[in-house]
Amino acid sequence: MTFDLPFVWAGLIAFAVLAYVILDGFDLGIGILFPFAGDEEKRDLMMNAVAPVWDGNETWLIFGGGGLFAVFPLAYAIIMPALYAPLMAMLLGLVLRGVAFEFRWRTRRGKFIWDAAFFAGSLVAALAQGLALGALVQGIPVVGRAYAGGWWNWLTPFSLLTAVALTVGYVLLGSTWVNMKTTGALQLWARSVARVAGVAMLALIVIVSLWTPFLNGTYFHRWLSFPAILYAAPVPLLVAFAGYRLMYSLGEELDYQPFLAALALFVLTYIGLGISFYPYIVPQSVTIWQAAAPTSSLQFLLYGAVALVPVILAYTAFSYWIFRGKLDPAGGYH
Amino acid sequence: MMNHLDAALLARGQFAFTMAVHILFPAFSIGIASFLAVLEGLWLLRGDDAYKSAFDYWKKIFAVVFGMGVVSGLVMSYQFGTNWSVFSDKAGPVIGPLMGYEVMSAFFLEAGFLGVMLFGEQKVGRALHFFATVMVAAGTLFSAFWILAVNSWMQTPAGFGINAQGQYIPLDWMAVIFNPSFPYRLVHMVLAAYLTTAFAVGGVGAFHLLSDNTNRVARLMFSMALWMAAIVAPLQILAGDAHGINTLEHQPAKIAAMEGDFTTKPHTPLILFGIPDMKAQTTHDKIEIPYLGALILTHSLNGSITGLKHWPRNEQPDSTVVFFSFRLMVALGFAMAGFGLWGLYLRWRGRLYDNVALRWAALALAPAGFIAVLAGWITTEVGRQPYTIYGLLRTDQSISPIAAPAVAASLLMFVVIYFSVFGAGVFYLLRLMNRTPGSDETDFEDHGPSRAAGITPVAGLASSHRVAPFA
Repeated sequence: MTFDLPFVWAGLIAFAVLAYVILDGFDLGIGILFPFAGDEEKRDLMMNAVAPVWDGNETWLIFGGGGLFAVFPLAYAIIMPALYAPLMAMLLGLVLRGVAFEFRWRTRRGKFIWDAAFFAGSLVAALAQGLALGALVQGIPVVGRAYAGGWWNWLTPFSLLTAVALTVGYVLLGSTWVNMKTTGALQLWARSVARVAGVAMLALIVIVSLWTPFLNGTYFHRWLSFPAILYAAPVPLLVAFAGYRLMYSLGEELDYQPFLAALALFVLTYIGLGISFYPYIVPQSVTIWQAAAPTSSLQFLLYGAVALVPVILAYTAFSYWIFRGKLDPAGGYH
Repeated sequence: MMNHLDAALLARGQFAFTMAVHILFPAFSIGIASFLAVLEGLWLLRGDDAYKSAFDYWKKIFAVVFGMGVVSGLVMSYQFGTNWSVFSDKAGPVIGPLMGYEVMSAFFLEAGFLGVMLFGEQKVGRALHFFATVMVAAGTLFSAFWILAVNSWMQTPAGFGINAQGQYIPLDWMAVIFNPSFPYRLVHMVLAAYLTTAFAVGGVGAFHLLSDNTNRVARLMFSMALWMAAIVAPLQILAGDAHGINTLEHQPAKIAAMEGDFTTKPHTPLILFGIPDMKAQTTHDKIEIPYLGALILTHSLNGSITGLKHWPRNEQPDSTVVFFSFRLMVALGFAMAGFGLWGLYLRWRGRLYDNVALRWAALALAPAGFIAVLAGWITTEVGRQPYTIYGLLRTDQSISPIAAPAVAASLLMFVVIYFSVFGAGVFYLLRLMNRTPGSDETDFEDHGPSRAAGITPVAGLASSHRVAPFA
């Protein structure tokens, strides 16, 4: 039995990027909400809600980028220069917020600086990822084996919309995470933020979904022609259901359900993106098979992935399990 | 064309700058991670709380160093694509999977257990916590293994072919990973990381002993660091020698540039000092020792080293850089070894804690490892120019089709943000190192509320605990 290795790898990379988006999504969202939480005690608690896991969350971004480099080097070589400015902004944002996790405990006088860096870095990273997403969906022009567009192609009304949409989505993930991990006033506040973010995100999903098919013929065909619409239709229907569960569980003041419903929204819209992109890895220019590295590269890394990814998932789950449940406000920093 | 050259130069500057900052953190965290595992292991084994105090002390420092290493490393993993896309397209099939293994076997391992190590002490048992510490240490070493396999393959490529699209494709993975320079480079770098940490730990211990010579935890740090200096520094000289001979075999132009040898001479002398001049193709004002160059590099008096003039000018690495960076690294290496032997002698005479000069020397040498790592890295990377993949792909042909202003703007941002962020980080590290070991004094002006249930202060160190054998 032979596997279609490029297809398997596209699935694995897609999984890594999705894992990144939902995992770092909630901790970026917490960073964006951070200054609005009220007093310092609440900020400390929000920080502690992600401190033990953020590093692992961000590792999925390295896995996604590194994986692309290893198994789809051509796509990596085209997409990275095409998204130069948003990616640089994202990296610098992640530098600022990443060091803030440690630095803010190392100074009392300067703590506000690192609180500001945590917020600004998180916001810049979220917006930059949204811009990059919009630019990808719009398609990337390629000549030969290189990016052939301009340096500002990533900046369009559509990419600005996706930047806002993704940022709001992260805020939703972050607020539902805080709702799940905390009690009392902080939880009440997080829940009220989640209600607003939930409505806003659902509205933005609708706008982006209505806009996307009109970006080019392929998307239009895939989403709105018969019989393709029959395969695609379950996605928006499930989005509607997840949206309903989200708002309902927030109304019922449940702990876990709102976060899970927000996750479902992310997974579903991600699947929607997959339906739009397939079979391209550089949208509208290079397919999965054109970009794939030689079989020996795909095989060699797949052995490792098959053996190690389940182990990674196991100890990641273990780490989340250790830090499960509501945060103890007295439980301190190391 | 001019624009392309500018962009290439700026991209090189950006890579050199971000990499130079990055390399310092893993060089330190590889060493501290192993040190922490040893400390926690000895604490569990012997029950002496001095080990636990030292563990808690360096754990905080590790957390800051590791955080800076993660974020500066993240930048590196994307910079290949943003600035060096042609290189990425061509080399991705070979080095990409090695980096993929680094992520899967090292980064996730470190990240997964770091949270438990830093925050989980109250939540998991001692054995499990020790396991987490060991996993973090193992992760740092796995990471070194894979990334040095990548770097070594770029220096001494092996086990590959070239396909129709001009990509390098793997033919024999064992040959790719265990390429000719890999074992030497791996040993040299891991020893460098251990030495860097040993001298930082020794410097911190010495600093606190200078104000209180009876501090048991500071004595423990000082003593353990001096054992490392005495054992590892001489080993590093042997490893460096072997690495040099390996380089002579595979990258003779690099050796010629390091030695400042422009013309090929029999019984090549060793140029102790001089001023290389690439334009005139000679080294001015040389101070030479006859035969010694041949003796060191070929282990024979009759050997000879091919001079730089053997290669066309556009294939010569810049001797004016590597000649000096190499000498700086070697001088620091010998200073560290000499210090280690001095400490060993004083220990043998039973005067390890009585000699004030030794403490001052330890303090002066505290940054020696970092400087040596940077000097060595500059030597090996500038020395393999003008290639990214040695002998195959030139640096000026590896670059992304990017506009110079885009690179210039991002370079400027990197410089500004790195200096402020990592400058602050170094300041916080120094403040952490300023805490008196073994005391429960906090690391900043006053108590933070979050620390209430943080660490358990080490009680009664001066009381009747068993004396640690190293102290």
